[in-house]
Amino acid sequence: MNAATSARLRYALPALALRGGVVGWLSLIVALPVVVLIVRGLSDGPAAFWSAVSDPAAVDAIWLSLWTAGIAAAVNAVVGTAIAWTLVRWDVPGRRLIAALVDLPLAIPTLVAGVLIIALFGPQSPLGKLLVSGGMPIAFARPGILLALLFVTLPFVVRAVEPVLEELDPAEEEAAFTLGAGQFLTLTRVLLPPILPAVAAGAVQTFARSVAEFGSLAAVSGNIPHRTLVAPVYILGEVEAGNPGGAASVSLVLLALALGMQPLAAALARRGGRA
Amino acid sequence: MGIRVENLVKSFGRTRVVDDVSFEIRPGELVALLGPSGGGKSTVLRMIAGLEAADSGQVWLDGERVDHLHARERQVGFVFQHYALFRHMSVAENIAFGLSVRDVPRAEQRERVDTLLEVMGLRGLGDRAPAQLSGGQRQRVALARALAPRPKLLLLDEPFGAVDAKVREELRRWLRKLHDEVHTTSIFVTHDQEEAFAIADRVLIISAGRLEQEGSPVQILDDPATEFVARFVGDVNVLPGRVSGDQVHIGRVSATVSGLPDGADAHVVVRSYDLKFWREDAGPGTVKRVTTIGDRVRVEAWLDDVQAPIFAQFPRRSSLLTGIEVGCRIAIEIAHARAWPVADGDARRLGGAA
Repeated sequence: MNAATSARLRYALPALALRGGVVGWLSLIVALPVVVLIVRGLSDGPAAFWSAVSDPAAVDAIWLSLWTAGIAAAVNAVVGTAIAWTLVRWDVPGRRLIAALVDLPLAIPTLVAGVLIIALFGPQSPLGKLLVSGGMPIAFARPGILLALLFVTLPFVVRAVEPVLEELDPAEEEAAFTLGAGQFLTLTRVLLPPILPAVAAGAVQTFARSVAEFGSLAAVSGNIPHRTLVAPVYILGEVEAGNPGGAASVSLVLLALALGMQPLAAALARRGGRA
Repeated sequence: MGIRVENLVKSFGRTRVVDDVSFEIRPGELVALLGPSGGGKSTVLRMIAGLEAADSGQVWLDGERVDHLHARERQVGFVFQHYALFRHMSVAENIAFGLSVRDVPRAEQRERVDTLLEVMGLRGLGDRAPAQLSGGQRQRVALARALAPRPKLLLLDEPFGAVDAKVREELRRWLRKLHDEVHTTSIFVTHDQEEAFAIADRVLIISAGRLEQEGSPVQILDDPATEFVARFVGDVNVLPGRVSGDQVHIGRVSATVSGLPDGADAHVVVRSYDLKFWREDAGPGTVKRVTTIGDRVRVEAWLDDVQAPIFAQFPRRSSLLTGIEVGCRIAIEIAHARAWPVADGDARRLGGAA
């Protein structure tokens, strides 16, 4: 073995060890459980899988998770963009406080977020009593689910859109004006298109997170099958009821949704970065 | 289209950035607003375009008051320093924007875009994204976009400020050529006097919110109206002097001036090319530095009598340079100078020059 080869080896060995370690770690922590989940979910055969996911309680739970996530994504797309716009274009002393508020949901454990909502709207609170007597309860009802999701996912669209907005040159608006465009055309043709990919990426992230949200919803939704039981909580219920096969099957559906969302979010973020 | 601006005033907070500016521009003229950065030129331009509202004063386009009109209604083309191209649109879409918001038929849009791409030397780049173009190309797209709706007036705000020196040179020549072909009344803002004098028919000098002087490049160079203009335009020396009859004395050096009160202290403004230096051991100056810049040589010296620096430029092969070297004594002759009494005028003008 000559000197050059041994030098190459001296560097190659640690690199090899590092790469091997990383691959091993990822396999152990991420890939293995996913594979086990897939195997377990399908191990009792397609019929068992189908009967587990077509159980009416499971269907209702998945459907509830999907549509509440959809609403959360749509609301955030609009409200989050408005918040980002305000943060970027409105130079007031309180700006930092508002920015900190936006990030607060990331810092608060989601179970605590659920508890906050119950404290505010729960049947024990004055506001909650009023709402229940008015026939529009929030805690342990669907509005509570939405509220919790909106709380937990608030930062996603804001933080996705903000950097793109910051890059926009206000002169582009002015250019549109001097070229004869009014406020509306300027908004729809000049200001929104460049930020749309970022808005969509933030919305997809919101959706994915909402479908997977557990902590706050376990606290706030009341977990009533067919009515307020969301998919992640349903899965926990199946595990606790000694039905790991059913839990794995419904988990598989959520996994497929999440994996389907990932590349979409990545693609949108890439488009946003390029534009 | 002719433009008339009357008594424009604009303040940002407590700073009055435009202070009672009035001027008139004839149809088809190419005019430069020249002055130091932060002097209010861009604000004047933006008020003409309707991008900024004047605190008081009036803007007339084609004999019609436009102060109440939004920017989109003024039919004014505007070119921004940093291009402000719509990043998500192709070059062709950018150029067509002003046509499509006016609902010009598609075929006509395409034709106009093709013509402009051709005229601007951008043929074949219509499908590119702005990010794929060089700075010079982007500014030409911005110009094409501004010209597409056939504006009656073209305003350019430091249009060549963001490109490198060589491209700037090229764009200048090119703007002048374009103007000679299209004849759209045009105003451009610049802090670069070379740029202003190279392409404008007329130059308006604006400093600290005021119009200091307007005139052809030659008028401004040869006959500066204020001390500020004299100091701002060209490479100048400003020397302390005392008036005596029709002479102003700067220590042992003197120059002919007129119209100044006898005995007054004066600022004497001398262009670097209105001077002669030659080697003379009994002379009033000492050479401190000799620099060759291309075809010219810059000589910097120190005037012992008045404790002030003075510099001059000579052609590389000039006989005046014979024997001139660092440390030698020189005689100085001022061929042409202007002087302003120190006591006269406000501090702003005296202190305003760089």
